[in-house]
Amino acid sequence: MKLGKFLFAAAAVTALSTGASAGTLDDIKAKGFVQCGVTTGLAGFAAPNDQGQWAGFDVDFCRAMAAAIFGDAAKVKYTPTTSKERFTALQSGEIDVLARNTTWTFSRDVNLGFEFVGVNYYDGQGFMVRKSLGVTSAKELDGASVCIQTGTTTELNLADYFRSNGMSYESVVIETSAEGRGVYEEERCDVYTTDASGLAAQRSTMADPSEHILLPEIISKEPLGPLVRHGDNQWGDIARWTLNAMIVAEELGVTAGNAADMASTSKNPEVLRLLGAEGDMGAQLGLSADWAKNIVMQVGNYGESYERNLGTTTPLALERGLNALWTDGGILYAPPMR
Amino acid sequence: MATQTVDGPKRGSFLSDQRTRAILFQGLAFFLVVVFFVYIGTNTARNLEALGISTGFDFLNAPAGYDVAMSLIPYTATDTHGRVFFVGLLNTLSVAATGIFAATILGVILGVLRLSKNWLVSKLVYCYVEVVRNIPLLLQILFWYAVLITLPHPKKSIIFLNDSIFLNKRGLYMPEPLTGDGFGLILIALLVALIIVPIMSRMAKKRQEATGQIFPVFLTSVGLIIGLPLLAAIVTGFPVTFEYPELKGFNFKGGMVLRPEFVALWFALTVYTAAFIAEIVRAGIQAVSHGQSEAAFSLGLKPSWTTRMIILPQALRVIVPPLTSQYLNLTKNSSLAIAIGYPDLVATFGGTSLNQTGQAIEVIMITMLVYLSISLLISMMMNYYNKRIALVER
Repeated sequence: MKLGKFLFAAAAVTALSTGASAGTLDDIKAKGFVQCGVTTGLAGFAAPNDQGQWAGFDVDFCRAMAAAIFGDAAKVKYTPTTSKERFTALQSGEIDVLARNTTWTFSRDVNLGFEFVGVNYYDGQGFMVRKSLGVTSAKELDGASVCIQTGTTTELNLADYFRSNGMSYESVVIETSAEGRGVYEEERCDVYTTDASGLAAQRSTMADPSEHILLPEIISKEPLGPLVRHGDNQWGDIARWTLNAMIVAEELGVTAGNAADMASTSKNPEVLRLLGAEGDMGAQLGLSADWAKNIVMQVGNYGESYERNLGTTTPLALERGLNALWTDGGILYAPPMR
Repeated sequence: MATQTVDGPKRGSFLSDQRTRAILFQGLAFFLVVVFFVYIGTNTARNLEALGISTGFDFLNAPAGYDVAMSLIPYTATDTHGRVFFVGLLNTLSVAATGIFAATILGVILGVLRLSKNWLVSKLVYCYVEVVRNIPLLLQILFWYAVLITLPHPKKSIIFLNDSIFLNKRGLYMPEPLTGDGFGLILIALLVALIIVPIMSRMAKKRQEATGQIFPVFLTSVGLIIGLPLLAAIVTGFPVTFEYPELKGFNFKGGMVLRPEFVALWFALTVYTAAFIAEIVRAGIQAVSHGQSEAAFSLGLKPSWTTRMIILPQALRVIVPPLTSQYLNLTKNSSLAIAIGYPDLVATFGGTSLNQTGQAIEVIMITMLVYLSISLLISMMMNYYNKRIALVER
């Protein structure tokens, strides 16, 4: 009987380990939802809302992909990942796409076997301290205790920044942003460091946000974007153009409200191509003709998603800044849809 | 594979022969196991290659680039992942060793108290054991950490001994002894004492066996171990100076520090494991039949001697094997460090390094091998000890 069990185990392992790449789109269509990796909870980017549903800027990207594939933005399942687990989750195929304010770096793109499909938020690492400390610059932080999330680029930037400025610090390493907030509020550390957008998100959920200030120094480039595994270019293309379609829609003034009208009334061939009234871009991606129309109608264009989750009317109150369209003084620029 | 003895004459068939069949099946099983592992190995390698994930151990020589809060060896962010491995390993070993030490002492005391004739004492220990061993360790670690970080802020530290020891939520800051000229002599004195003690105890034993006279070995040993180095210190004029911690800017600088992460982990591991050890010790003592102590008393032995020379040697026989597995548990449980950010092997090398290099298989494999080696080493030492104390039956 031992032998029988053994053979069964071997067969199970075989079934699990074969079928690595290719056909991600078919697999997803077959299972009926997109498995999307998000944070364990970061206000504005991905966090359960008061109805218990995931909402946020990164969640919108997941929903946009579901809208493009199924015509239904709700067909997403979310996998909350810590900064440490996220890459293994994507490598192992546990999730189909990772939209988790992840910085695009050389080693992640090349060495870890991922494909970043674009940048959905241009960010940089900043520092948050209590106002009562009276600190006005990051250069005054010599000897401070710094809370930092493990497994992030910020951990490396921090070491570089303090070393190049000849300062010392004590790192207090935490797993999730919620844990970090707790430890920081208990004053185990003087400084909380992560991407500036993350700091704004953290501050918005603190007991008294006005007690804390972000220091003016931004010490790194953090282009955050969604990513997929190497090895399935079609799937990578779908993710890339989902993001680009949202940006192009904003450039062209297509919004959730007017997309249906513009598809029939617009004279602009680019708008018509985007909304599937002309050309066969959807078919080229292996999707329906109205894929991008579904994205814009159900999720909105880039600007709408930004304002809803991060913009000045939200608790995060982040200005568009670098993330404004290139025509508005930002650096957001999507390749043309043709 | 079960073996049966077949009676009666052997039949001619090749397969019906017990010996050939055993060899055949065992060979087949071995072959399948090998095939299985080769298959897993090649399959993993192929898939890693298909996904474009780099493999190999070159990353150990690449700079780590991140800082570790607590290190027993000099370490900076420019050192390699290989060095991070040793930093993490030493942190794991230090919390495991201090944890085992403290848990043993606390566990033995509690185990003995549990048998106390005093109703209150024995019930108190009973409550301690039942509460502590029935709450998940992870929760206990988080609890003690939460308690420690509600201590006052560094600027309002609790001060002990005239501005030399400071306790706050960032740690316990103590003066660090700095050794000056002539400190070597003190070390030599200590070494000499440590060499004399076992020789003396052996001679005392021989003398007792020969003449029946008892020599106070314990007191003399303590006297030697404390006295000789003290004498050396007086001769050399106390060549030790202390560096006192001082509040500079955000934190205390100088001196030694015990961080709350270490203390919370160490304390939780100690308290938790001590509860199990207490039960093991109690069971061990109760396993020695009452007749043994009665016999000892009737021979006129003092109660302390009865415990030390009659009860304990027999109890240890029962205590040591399960105690070994508690030591192994404590060592492995120390990997829960990651929950509160204590930089042990799993949190640094198995965590951040894994994440920065992305080489999960290699890193996890090394980490697992290390825990396996530590555990086997502890088992080996405990088995050796167990063999030494086992009763020699005549």
